[in-house]
Order: sequence, then C-alpha cells, then structure tokens
Amino acid sequence: MSRALTLLWFAAAAWIFLAGVRGLTVSRNLVQAVGCLAVAQSSTYVLLLGIGYRAGASAPVFGDMPPGSRPVVDPVVQALTLTDIVVGATVTALLLALAIQIRKGHGTVDPDELTGLRG
Amino acid sequence: MNARRRGRLLLLPAAVLAAGLVWCGAELPVLGTDRHPYGARSVAAALRQHTSNAVSSINFDQRALDTLGEESILFAAVLGAVVLLRQVRGERRHTPRAGYVLPSTRLFGVGLLPVALLTGVYVVAHGAVTPGGGFQGGVVLASGLHVAYVAADYRVLRRLRPLVVLESAEAVAAGSFAGLGLAGLACCAAYLKNVLPLGAFGQLASGGLVGVLNAAVGVAVASGVVVLLAGFLEQAVELDDAGEETTEGEG
Repeated sequence: MSRALTLLWFAAAAWIFLAGVRGLTVSRNLVQAVGCLAVAQSSTYVLLLGIGYRAGASAPVFGDMPPGSRPVVDPVVQALTLTDIVVGATVTALLLALAIQIRKGHGTVDPDELTGLRG
Repeated sequence: MNARRRGRLLLLPAAVLAAGLVWCGAELPVLGTDRHPYGARSVAAALRQHTSNAVSSINFDQRALDTLGEESILFAAVLGAVVLLRQVRGERRHTPRAGYVLPSTRLFGVGLLPVALLTGVYVVAHGAVTPGGGFQGGVVLASGLHVAYVAADYRVLRRLRPLVVLESAEAVAAGSFAGLGLAGLACCAAYLKNVLPLGAFGQLASGGLVGVLNAAVGVAVASGVVVLLAGFLEQAVELDDAGEETTEGEG
C-alpha cells in the first residue's frame, strides 16, 4: 500500500476529529454539541481500524476458516473499537439526558445563555 | 463567551494538534503493512485458548480487566442517565394514547419481533466462535425489542418490557463480570484468569470463561440500552411540563 494512501487515511481521521471539535466549540445548541462530540469520537474508529488493516487479509475469526490458512487483520484494535462504540453510545445518552434536564431547568439548550448557577 | 470567540480560542490548540499530527504522520507505518506484532501475538494466544473469534478472546480473556473497566463506564452512564431522566417537580404524568397503526404494519411487527430477538440471542451466544459477541448482540437485542414501539405503540412496548427486572439484570450482569474474575484469583492467583475448561476449538462451548463473560456483557448491554431508551421514551411520551407548552406524545 502506498505512502499517499497512508497519509490520506491519517488525514481523514484527523479531519473528522477536528471537524467534531470545531463543531463542539462553535455550537449554539447542546444537542448539536453532543452530536459533534460523537463525530470527534468516531475519528478514533477510522484511526484504529486503519492501524490494524493488513492488505489482503481476512477477519480475525476462525469460525469457518482453518487457522493459519490466510493472514488476518489485527484483532487488538478491533476489540478496542468495538467497546469504544458501545461505551460511546451510552455516554452520548448520558449527555443527552443532561441536555434534557438543562432544557427543563433553564428553558434553553444554548450554552451561551447558560450563565450563573441555579439550584 | 460567544461562539466566534470560542472559535478563535480554538486556533492555538488546533495549531499545536496539527503540528503533533504532522510529526506523528511522518513516522507512520504504511497502511496495510504485514507487520502487526501485537496482532500476531494475540491471534496466537486466542488459538491457544481455543477461542476462534480472536476479537472476543481479546475482550474477554486477554484484556478482560480492561473490558471490566469499559463495562463499569457503561453501567455508570446508564445509572447516571436513569437518575437524570427522573420525573421532576412540576411535571405531570399522563397515560399515552393509543396511536393508529396499519394492520399490515402490526402484522409485520408481530413477525419481525421474534426474529429480531432471536438474532440478538444468536449473536450473543456465538460470541466466542463467530463474529459477534455480548456488546454487538446486546445492542441487537435491545433495539429488536423496540420493533414493538415502531410497529405497534408505546403501550405494547411497556407491556413487553419489565423495567424493574431489566434494571436488576443490568446490575447483576455487571456485578457478575467482576465476580467471575474472583474465580481466577481463588484458583491461580490472577484476577479474571480463564479458569474454565477450554473445550473443542470452534464449538459453541469453547474458550472457557470467554463465553460466560460474553453472556454477562450481552445481558448488561441489552438491559442497559433498554433502560436508557425507556428513560428517553418516558420523557417524550409520558411526561408533560405542567406550565409550558406541552410536547405532543405520539403513542
């Protein structure tokens, strides 16, 4: 695999991350901000799966393939990505629950209008 | 601080990050390389432990302690969301109305629901052997149950979903993951060591402790996601702001 493709993959992961972070900083809506955080987080999937990629290799599962018959991709990063997705989804849910409560307590989901603490 | 100033404030960290990324990118191994030292070792370990799904072997055997941490994050997030999504003062609870559902949609739901649930159970059960496992299968199970909401209405979903049982199941499953690790401590002085017989390679009961931990995670994820969605659906369908405009709850 060529050097150019490697840089394209790395740049794609970095771009997704930065797009998410930028959205997070300029967002005027907490629900949108949570979405931006999910975008930033998903850049790690692109990065991790690219690290584990192996040209012409199969999935690291030997259910219907005798071990050693074909090269397999790196299962370590796949395991990391898999748990990341589920944990990320539940943490996103937690943040959305926070946004719902903020809307109830303050009547707004615009972070700029949330000034001062209220019990 | 307004959005534009926050955007400008981002410029400096972004520049630092960009410099770091360029620096790392220059040293990067080529995409698709044949050299995967960690991957090669963990595949060998998975085969040694008779677990044909190497990803499951890593999650529930080689890195089981890390998965315990991830499981705890999941449990804490569900717990936090449930606490946040409670009924607050000034909110009225009303009974959701029955929505009109086309008979064909309802029939489709009746047919699809068992298939969706069975698929979820299958994906969890074969986690040690074929692609799948507790995390993926748990999500399939939980979302499969919500076919009842999509194809029928909220009241049908509520009857199908014993929340109290699921909340306890979530806690018991998360606790049993931690508890099963003690078996390794008792027998071989290593927490979460794979102590069960490994079984024949490629069979359903292979991999020893992998299948058991995988099932515990499957139950925890499935019940956790159902409990989470129940919290959000309750907010959308059952609860009304007493003072402000009421959000229409379609059943």
